[in-house]
Amino acid sequence: MIIKFLKNNFALIASFLASLILSGIIILLLGENPFRIFGIFISSAFGSWNNIAYTLFFATPLIFTGLSVAVCFRCGLFNIGAEGQLYMGAFACAYVGFTFADFPGYLLIPLSILFSIGAGGFIGLIPGYLKAKTGAHEVIVTIMLNFIAIGFTGYFVSGPFKNPGDLIPQTQLISESAHIPKIGELFGILGIKSSIPLNFSFIIAVFICLLVYFIFKYTTFGYEIKAVGLNKKAASASGINVNRIIILTFVLGGAIAGLVGVNEVMGYRYRFLDGFSAGYGYLGIAVALLGRNHPAGVFISAVIFGAVMRGGLLVDVYSDKISKDFVYIIQGILILFVVSGELWNKFRIQIDAEKQR
Amino acid sequence: MELFDIGILTSTIRLSTPLILCAIGGLYSERGGVVNIALEGLLLFGAFSAAVVAYYTGNPWLGLLAGAVTGVFIAFLHGLVSITFLGDQIVSGMGINILALGVPAVFSGAFFNTPSSTPSIEKILPSLNIPVIEDIPLLGEILSGYTVPVYLSYAAVIITYFVLFYTIFGLRLRAVGENPKAAESLGVNVIRYKYYGVLLSGLLAGIGGAFLSVGHGTQFIKNMSAGRGYIALAALIFGKWHPFKTLLACLIFGFADALQMRLQGVIGIPVQFIQMIPYILTILVIVGFIGKAVPPAASGVPYRKG
Repeated sequence: MIIKFLKNNFALIASFLASLILSGIIILLLGENPFRIFGIFISSAFGSWNNIAYTLFFATPLIFTGLSVAVCFRCGLFNIGAEGQLYMGAFACAYVGFTFADFPGYLLIPLSILFSIGAGGFIGLIPGYLKAKTGAHEVIVTIMLNFIAIGFTGYFVSGPFKNPGDLIPQTQLISESAHIPKIGELFGILGIKSSIPLNFSFIIAVFICLLVYFIFKYTTFGYEIKAVGLNKKAASASGINVNRIIILTFVLGGAIAGLVGVNEVMGYRYRFLDGFSAGYGYLGIAVALLGRNHPAGVFISAVIFGAVMRGGLLVDVYSDKISKDFVYIIQGILILFVVSGELWNKFRIQIDAEKQR
Repeated sequence: MELFDIGILTSTIRLSTPLILCAIGGLYSERGGVVNIALEGLLLFGAFSAAVVAYYTGNPWLGLLAGAVTGVFIAFLHGLVSITFLGDQIVSGMGINILALGVPAVFSGAFFNTPSSTPSIEKILPSLNIPVIEDIPLLGEILSGYTVPVYLSYAAVIITYFVLFYTIFGLRLRAVGENPKAAESLGVNVIRYKYYGVLLSGLLAGIGGAFLSVGHGTQFIKNMSAGRGYIALAALIFGKWHPFKTLLACLIFGFADALQMRLQGVIGIPVQFIQMIPYILTILVIVGFIGKAVPPAASGVPYRKG
């Protein structure tokens, strides 16, 4: 079974190892010991329950954006717009949180989550609708919409909704009744400190993974998404309303990306801060790719990327030669290797040919 | 303060330059059927290497050369992944853009102990006056007195127009981008032409990056391209993959940028709304509200030989 897994995922594993080696060489060039650096990465990402909690905290937004991209991929759609969708989701979430501050928690929490989903879904609706109605390529539309969405939130937060007196563009704090609990507060048994920002949105992320799995495995909607993704003409001939599926898939993708706001606003910073995203939307593409657009794969690769982000912070502290931006190098290399499908196919063909001899 | 004066025209020309170089570069790549969203990353790589080389050698021209060479090298990487290894062109471009956030920061941290910028360069590219034109009142002020990459960008537009529509190279490049199978059946080496397109995009975007750090500015600053690669992509689409229309789009977007800087904190229009103009216009044109933009037919599709 293990051999079968290795065989099926040859390209992924090979990419992973190649990235590790290349990153190691770069570390060496920078004058550091690669083993020491990788040691810091691993111990700071997985060394204790607290470290794991940090890793999962960084993984949470990536699970959302990875799923968002993966759902659209399944339909043959390329969602580069998760970045804009998550900004809108986060802002809407914060807006509800400070506007309806006197609502009780049992009302305000679901309402805030709904607004995250709704705002993200709305930004997702636009490329979906334009694709279905005019054939406009979703890649270009989503790239442009990212800048437009980020521009709007940037305007909101530096203009009408700026917290008076603050130097940086951010909103006021959301009502305390909209806060969601930290995992450390929920599960005291593991000894995770409640100062660690991992929060209830991680559980939502796991739930969305299961939900997406369920949609694709058991529902007609999931089946229709896959059918459209595989062959639009055949799907249309078999009676599927292709345009409707394209629009709905993009709305679903946008809604999932919008949930990043729940992690950021309701579980971590308790306000909307301009420019908070560390490129989560773009990294979601890599996460989906590495996870082969499968919810379980997305979860695992989000944790890997989360670990890299967490590790990068500590490498920055413990090495004076390698700054935290090294994380981008690892991520970039990994993406380029994973996407070079044919490189690994050539390898595999050679290996097979040698076996035949 | 005057809102419209010569200053805004000259700064429009300066701010358009990296856009023009990038967009014309992207034009070669996309006309050859390779989508290049790595333009942003190419700008950053070009800007960084130009700044480093200009700092160490004290010669901005070598910096400019380094920017161009680095651009070609990084574009080659994009070609390797997306042409030879048939990887998705969008993902490959995204990978390079993410790499471009890391490499300059890490290496300037290692070289100079300052991850967010390189030290300031003493000698940047000189401003050149054009004889005769510089003496014309008003016009001289607008058209003369820029650094070499500015003039180069306009030369690139004109040359590209002729190369694309009046040479065999251009015909073949377009054929490869529209219908690679047909081109191949006529004996065109499709893979090679795709590489030509991508490498040219690296060359021009690299020069655009060098302009940012050793012509327009005096150092490399983290993320100094500030989305210009994406705006160039927008200009390319808005210009419908045509050199002159793309130039016009770059000038419009450059003007919006200059206006935005001028208006900062002056009048009631939020700067974010002016910054959005290129993106909104591009969506309108891709949707077909302002004439339809149709990309080269085979762009984005990996080409499998045989």
